[in-house]
Amino acid sequence: MKNLIGILALAVLLSSCGNSSGGGDKKSKNVSLTAAGATFPLPFYNLAIKNYSSNTGTLLTYGGVGSGGGIRSLTDKVVDFGATDAFLSDDKEAEMPAEIVHIPTCIGAVVIAYSLPGVEDLNLSNENLQDIFLGRITNWNDSKLKETNPGIELPDLAVTVVHRSDGSGTTYIFSDFMSKISSEWERVVGRGKSLKWPVGLGGKGNPGVAGTIKQTAGAIGYIGSEFAFAQKIPVAQVENSAGKYVTPSLESISAAAQGEIPVDTKVMLTCSSDPDAYPISGFTWLILYKEQAYDGRSKVQAEETLKFLSWIIEKDAQALAQQVNYAPLPEKTVAQARKILGSVVFDGQPIVQ
Amino acid sequence: MYSLTSGAIPVFKEFGLRFIVSSEWNPTEGREDYGALPFIVGTVLTSVIAIILCFPLAFSTSLFIGEYYRGTRMASITGTMVDMLAGIPSIVYGLWGFYVLRPMIVAFGWSAQGFSIFTAGVVLAIMIIPYATSITTEIIKMVSNDLKEAAYSLGATRREVIFSVIIPNARSGIFTSYILAFGRALGETMAVTMLIGNSNIVPKGIFQSGNTMASVIANQFGEADGLKLSALVAIGLLLFVITGIINGIGKLIIKKYSV
Repeated sequence: MKNLIGILALAVLLSSCGNSSGGGDKKSKNVSLTAAGATFPLPFYNLAIKNYSSNTGTLLTYGGVGSGGGIRSLTDKVVDFGATDAFLSDDKEAEMPAEIVHIPTCIGAVVIAYSLPGVEDLNLSNENLQDIFLGRITNWNDSKLKETNPGIELPDLAVTVVHRSDGSGTTYIFSDFMSKISSEWERVVGRGKSLKWPVGLGGKGNPGVAGTIKQTAGAIGYIGSEFAFAQKIPVAQVENSAGKYVTPSLESISAAAQGEIPVDTKVMLTCSSDPDAYPISGFTWLILYKEQAYDGRSKVQAEETLKFLSWIIEKDAQALAQQVNYAPLPEKTVAQARKILGSVVFDGQPIVQ
Repeated sequence: MYSLTSGAIPVFKEFGLRFIVSSEWNPTEGREDYGALPFIVGTVLTSVIAIILCFPLAFSTSLFIGEYYRGTRMASITGTMVDMLAGIPSIVYGLWGFYVLRPMIVAFGWSAQGFSIFTAGVVLAIMIIPYATSITTEIIKMVSNDLKEAAYSLGATRREVIFSVIIPNARSGIFTSYILAFGRALGETMAVTMLIGNSNIVPKGIFQSGNTMASVIANQFGEADGLKLSALVAIGLLLFVITGIINGIGKLIIKKYSV
């Protein structure tokens, strides 16, 4: 085993040397960073990491194992930083071996996708959503749906609810929104990464849910916005807290973060008070230990970690986020994230100046 | 085995035996309640459907290859093709079920969306055919020629030879091959996940959606922690125990009937 690690280390060393000799001004670094966690922002992280690695020569690997897995990996200290779609509650944070900080990286949303032959425009009020997902509206020609969609010919078709079968941050954001708009939902179902669904079928991952919806006439379900935008799946307009029906778009999702954000950025953006905001939006975070000197980590390792995190919240990386259909962080939030990164220390000394 | 048991302890401490018989599965934080019954029922139902559907297909194929057309080109081609079924990745079976079988079930009007215990069972049946067929074929081939020739010389027809000589002689071996196939059906994950509908409830009929043990573990493991993680590990342990019990029953039956 020791030999194997030695050979691997040598291979990494050699390959990084090879890179640097070609690049000229690029410094040869033997630092490699590992991270693991949420799958919701995976397309963004993959693109960002690919860009970052080719520009700086730092080797970075990200494992999309799910938020729960990311938190576990950070607890076990096998990664430099983790990623999660739902912030850690104060109780959960107290269970971690040391103090951690949350860095928001981008904003995603959950969209309501549907498959109704002949219907291209669909408005859903908060009451509609509650009734559909609690299994009370069972047919598309329900009078309550007709009320919110005047002038649209709704077919006589059974409603099939499709939800995620795997635990997911997408489900968390969706259920958080549902709990905010419906006290009954909060009482009966609640919020979580996976739920006890009153009705419906489960599909695995965004592709599973999207595929099931596409194949079943009369189906409705929720999908991560980045997937829906990339696949051009028809999505419903959802009523926000100002009573407006909002189409999900990068602008309306970004608007959700315009309100007051607490200093530690630990907040759900669902039901934002902004009148133009799409109501089912949420941050996704990277998490790391506030004190970076643990388990004999070198200072270089800590510096490289912080360098990447400082890069991902800034303009260049945020532009990449938009390329893969995530809404960028507003300027105000970036400033807050910078401040949080400034509080991360190595042996008590701040790392980012 | 040890890690399965130790991982499952917290959930058994919390719920006791209720974990096995309760049909409540609520992973929402703060009101967590875990019962494995929906998954146990789903697993057993899909596997039983699979083995029932698999038996006539696999057994007739075995007789074709091992007895009727034994040693011919036709038999070897059929045998190779059946064996090749075992090499197809389960996700491909899942996709076939999703795009071909599911619309058929909907067209028959058996289920509104086509996601059901039965759909998963049919795909499982096809998946386990090669396991049942190839071993049964070998066992049938192994029945001694002397016995068969003796039967023919007494004026037995082919059907009489099959039912009175081959099957009684190969009984325990044939049974073993179906136990093996059943074990495969119990543990299959990916194809089942794609077709069963993943509703964590005890199904009311075979055309309702449900979930299986292997499928719920694969689905929920990534985001699980705490009690939920323990519940999933406990389901793994139960699956292990069920597979053990079925193998045990199989062994008993073989012992009782073997000559």
